[in-house]
Order: sequence, then structure tokens, then C-alpha cells
Amino acid sequence: MLKASSSSSIALRSASGHLRTFATAVDPPVRRYGGLKDQDRIFTNAYCRHDHGLKGAKSRGDWHRTKDILLKGDSWIIQQIKDSGLRGRGGAGFPSGLKWSFMNKPNWQEDKRPRYLVVNADEGEPGTCKDREILRGDPHKLVEGCLVAGRGMNANAAYIYIRGEFVQEANHLNQAIAEAYKDGLLGPNACGSGYSFDVYVHRGAGAYICGEETALIESIEGKQGKPRLKPPFPADVGLFGCPTTVANVETVAVAPTICRRGAPWFAGFGRARNQGTKLFCISGHVNNPCVVEEEMSIPLRELIEKHCGGVRGGWDNLLGIIPGGCSVPVLPIKDCETVLMDYDSLKDAQSGLGTGAVIVMDKSTDIIAAIARFSSFYKHESCGQCTPCREGTTWMMNMMDRMVEGRGHRREIDMLLELTKQVEGRTICALGDAAAWPIQGLMRHFRPEVEARIDAFRSKHGNVAFGGRLASEVDDTLAVPDNLGVRLPVDAPGTV
Amino acid sequence: MLRLPRRLPRLSPPSSRLISSTAPKRSDALFIHRDTPYNNPEIAFKFDAQNLKRAQEIISHYPPQYKKAATIPLLDLGQRQNKGWTSISVMNYVAELLEMPPMRVYEVATFYTMFNREPIGTNFVQVCTTTPCMLRGSTDILNTTCAHLGGLKPGETTKDGKFTVIEVECQGACSNAPMMAVNDDFYEDLTPETTKKILDAFAKGEKPKPGPQSGRKTSENSAGLTALTTKPYGPGEFCQPEFQ
Repeated sequence: MLKASSSSSIALRSASGHLRTFATAVDPPVRRYGGLKDQDRIFTNAYCRHDHGLKGAKSRGDWHRTKDILLKGDSWIIQQIKDSGLRGRGGAGFPSGLKWSFMNKPNWQEDKRPRYLVVNADEGEPGTCKDREILRGDPHKLVEGCLVAGRGMNANAAYIYIRGEFVQEANHLNQAIAEAYKDGLLGPNACGSGYSFDVYVHRGAGAYICGEETALIESIEGKQGKPRLKPPFPADVGLFGCPTTVANVETVAVAPTICRRGAPWFAGFGRARNQGTKLFCISGHVNNPCVVEEEMSIPLRELIEKHCGGVRGGWDNLLGIIPGGCSVPVLPIKDCETVLMDYDSLKDAQSGLGTGAVIVMDKSTDIIAAIARFSSFYKHESCGQCTPCREGTTWMMNMMDRMVEGRGHRREIDMLLELTKQVEGRTICALGDAAAWPIQGLMRHFRPEVEARIDAFRSKHGNVAFGGRLASEVDDTLAVPDNLGVRLPVDAPGTV
Repeated sequence: MLRLPRRLPRLSPPSSRLISSTAPKRSDALFIHRDTPYNNPEIAFKFDAQNLKRAQEIISHYPPQYKKAATIPLLDLGQRQNKGWTSISVMNYVAELLEMPPMRVYEVATFYTMFNREPIGTNFVQVCTTTPCMLRGSTDILNTTCAHLGGLKPGETTKDGKFTVIEVECQGACSNAPMMAVNDDFYEDLTPETTKKILDAFAKGEKPKPGPQSGRKTSENSAGLTALTTKPYGPGEFCQPEFQ
């Protein structure tokens, strides 16, 4: 009797040690993400080990029965993309099927304007080098993707905007397009489906801002790459005043494979609303930086330890990770342990997936200098159209450069944060936001380091006024206004 | 375009005009054109026959009423023909070819960083120094490059006109950091030694093999592949029944 009661009490205890009743549902088995097999990788020539030309591409399954996909019609293609749960791979993560469906409004046939698909291959976000591997290794996947996505949105032509620095990549792409035309896969009767489709390459000339969709459209039109106000959205008035959809290289390039292998296959990877596979590019202080296609929702730590040989000097030597390119805030080590590489998990950690560009920084990094370098990047790349961004990025760069040295007052950290808040959300495009977020992330997680540096500078050089002027350099015989902070103590009370 | 060394608030010694006077602040790139003996509208520029043919082909990619969309590709073509820099004559010629006001071309040529509006050396060395490269030691690479070419500063050309060095923003090869681009080719996974080797080769008029200098082929894990180790699947494999 005693024995029976003791065994039943054991049964009532769950693994976590809570006492549970018989009515409690059993926990579903925990699913581990990651460990994608080669047979499920879409970009099978990401490392350029095989022929990137048409013959090699066909042997890897590209252009296989593309005609049948085209003949399925636009709504079938868009439904496949919607069912697959594909979200834009360029950073914003907007559901692709939905975005493409905006092109097919009721009675779209009555609109006689041409319709365009624009592919954004202006990969300029620091840390990001995934599209490059697609462009040079698997250019036919992109060309075929243009055709399939173009059919889905009933486009007449696709323009691929590739950044000017990618000369080798543009050559591979041009070769792929020429081969496709020669083989009858593009042109007036693409793949023999009766559908007419053209693909053109447009090379940029070195402007990060042209990665923004409306700036990209302006740039193709032969103007300065300055973003347009929305609305009207490109789906109404886009390239050359015609309906246009702008999509990232990776988003477009996966479309044919999704159609062929089925939406449920693609949706089977990753957590709900974050499905699919993704190219991650890992750079910075890891033993073996690389670009790799993995399942969405793979834990960040596993991604780094499995594919990059771990952090330099071991995991404990980690300082922080920027998980999605320079526009997203940095994560400290305790978040890096647990976070999953998908849109929602990183958003919950107050960062973002961005382009999947993981920048790893170990303890030898001067994190303030690293973020200050981003500020000078944004200052260099701001197009100058909106005042908050044009002036704000310069201002942020100047303040961050002083923070690297510690030349400032503690209160200036809050001033800098307020400045980022004033820039954020007050510009036409997201470059202002992108310039603000890394600084906000730095101050959120590494504020003590910034303060320590300021204190160290102060103890060496004496009081520092707002703006970086040393109190010792101020001429006491002049009437110095009190609000310059020359004589302010270290931790003066009051707000800025 | 050419980034001058960054200026920290360098303060003048205390003076009696401290508060009311401000130091003049210059932009990091001058957008104004001034006629010089080597760059003025009198110098003729025309596409050669081959480039003219290519230009016509490029123009045909865009709708006929939007010929000006070809501005950037044609400026690039012109820059290549004009020894790597875009003179005022190149801009005027492109404007004439595309039937658009020259000012619209000047706007474009000053906006995009890849158009050099001053002459450059035969080898245009662009060292990336943005954070991912900086973390992997691009500061060393830049210093090595500058020192190896006779103590240049970023933005300057060597006296023999063989090299121009500039500091550029992210070139999109971050997993292969640090990197530099010489003319159109990327040299990746650099160390100060390989950088010197590359520069020496260019000085001799050779062209070293582009790509990673560490022995790996592209951006795979250098300690051995962790993905794509098997033979790629073929046409129709793993597809839905209707597409097999």
C-alpha cells in the first residue's frame, strides 16, 4: 500500500517537478530547429563548387518543368507562396505572397500600363553577403525566380538592380540571362508557355540608400537615389510610373523551388509565421566565418558553433552579437544564449532578423568604436533628403566619435539617446531609424562601459563641457553660459 | 566620395573670441566643378565604336520615353573609357546622347560614390573599413596599404600614378573580411602580408588571382564544409508528383 501510493505520487510529478493533476495536458515535445539536410537546401551551389551556367543549373534541377508552373497561372503561384509562409528576406519580413498579390487588384487587366518586377540586389548592409553567393553561384535560380514571380504578379519585365561593386556577380548574372534567352526560357514565349517576359540587369554605382525600394526605383530611372514618399505605393505608381513590386534576391530566387517542392515542404521548416530556410552570413570574431543556408529559428548559438567553429576564444569570450546587419541593435551574451534566429524571437529580444547577417564580437572588441563606425557609415550613406537624417547622422557620428574617446559628459548619453529618438520615425525612409537603432542598442546593453570611459577621460583631463570642450581650455575671464556643463559634477541631478 | 580623415573637435587654444566664432566646416566631398587644364568642357569625349554599340544596347533596355534611365550605366561606360574617372566632358556627352539637361547628369554623377570626378591611378585600391571588416583587422590592412605605397593618405594617388587608395564603406563580402577591391576585383581574407604581395604584383603590372587569399574558394567554412557536402540533387528530385 505504501509502495503504491509512493509510485503514484511519482507519476503525478512532471519532469519539471510541478505537481500536476490528471486533467493537465501533456507538454508537446520540444522541437529543435536547425540541422537542415543538404537535400532541403535550395541554394545547392552557394559555394561555387559546380558550374554556374545553364547546363550546370539544369543538372541541379533549375528550369525543370518551369512551363508547367507558369501554366498553373498567377493565383496558383501566389497561393503557393502564401501557403509557404515566405516572408521577405531583405530585412522587413513582409509576407511575400501578400505583397505580390497587391499587383493583381480586381480588374488589373484594364490598366494598360506595363508592369514590372524589380529585384533588389543592391546588397549593401554591412555584414550582409548572402545575395552575392546566389548571384555568382546560382544565378539561374534568380532568373527563373524572376520569371515565376513575374508570372505570379503578371509583370511584363524584371529589372535586377545589382550594386555596382559586384562586377563578377553581374557577369555571372548576364551570362545566365543570355543563356536563358538563347534557350528560349525568356523572351516572347518564355519556356514555351506563351507568356512574354524580359529580364534586364541594371548596375548601380555605389549608394547604400538605393537598397530602399523607392530609392532603387528612382535610381533605375536615372536619378539620384532619394526615397519617395509613400503612398502612392510602388504597386500603384512605381518604376516609370507603372505598377511595380520590389523584392529581395533571396525571396525571388526561392520561389521556383517552393512551387516545385510544394508549399508544405517549405512551411515545414522553422516556427509558425517564421517558416522556411534562410541564408545566414556570419562575420566577425568567429573561428571560421561563412555563409550557410539553415533552417529558420535555428538557435543563434547553434548556428555559430555548428557552422563557424564557435566564437574565437570560446563562447565565454563573447561580448555581443549583432544578429541582422548593422541596422539592428546589438544583443548581449545572455540574450545570445537563448535567442532563435527568426523574425519574432529576435523582435522579442528587442533586435531584429534583418538580412540574417550575424556580426559576432568577442571581448577584445571596442564595442563603442564598432558602433561609432556604423554611425559614420550612416553619415556617409545618408542621401541628404530629409533634414533629421542628414543632420542627425552627422551629429550622431560626432557624438559617438567623442564617446569612443570618452570625451563628454555622462548626461550626453541621454542627449544622444534623445537625438536618436528625434531622428527615428521622422524621415521618409528607414535609414534614419537604422542609424538610430544601433546606438540605442549600445546604450541599452553597454551603457556602463560608455560611462566608465567617460569617467576615465574625466579623471585624466578634468571636467568636460557638453560638446567635448575641456573645462581647462575655457577662458575663465569670459562669461561662459551655465548650460554648457563646464562646471557640472559627474552625476549631476536633474534632467537634460 | 573621398573621405578625408575624420575630425574630432580639435579645439583652438583659448582666445578672446572663443564663444562667438565657429570654425568653418567643409563637406567631405566637393560637389563643385572648377575648370582645370585636365578637366574642362573643351576636352572632347566620345564613345568609341564598341562602346557606342553597347550604349545603344543599354538604352534599348528601357522604355523609349525614359532614355535617361541609362544615365548610370552610360556614365559607368564613359568612366571606363576615360581611364577610370568621370570628367565633365563625359557627363556632357552622356547628357547629349540621352537628350537630357547636363545638370541632371551632374546630379547623378555627384550622388553616386563610384563615379570619380578626379583622375585616379591605374590601380584603384578600395579598402573596406566598415565594422565587420574593422573587427577582422581592416585598420591594419589600410595602414599596411598606405605605408607600402610610400606613406599615402586615403584619397591620395602615388607619384607614379600607379595606385590610388581610398577607404570605402561595406563592399558586401563580410564573411571574407577583411577585404579590398582593386579595380573590379575583390581580394578577400587579407593579412598584411598578402596585402603587400597583392600590391607588389600590381606594381609589376601583373594581376593576382582575385578572391580569398587564405586558400578557401569562396565563403565556405575554412576548416571544412559544414553544408553542401553531398552531391546536389537533380531535376525533379524531391518535387511534388506533378513536377517530378
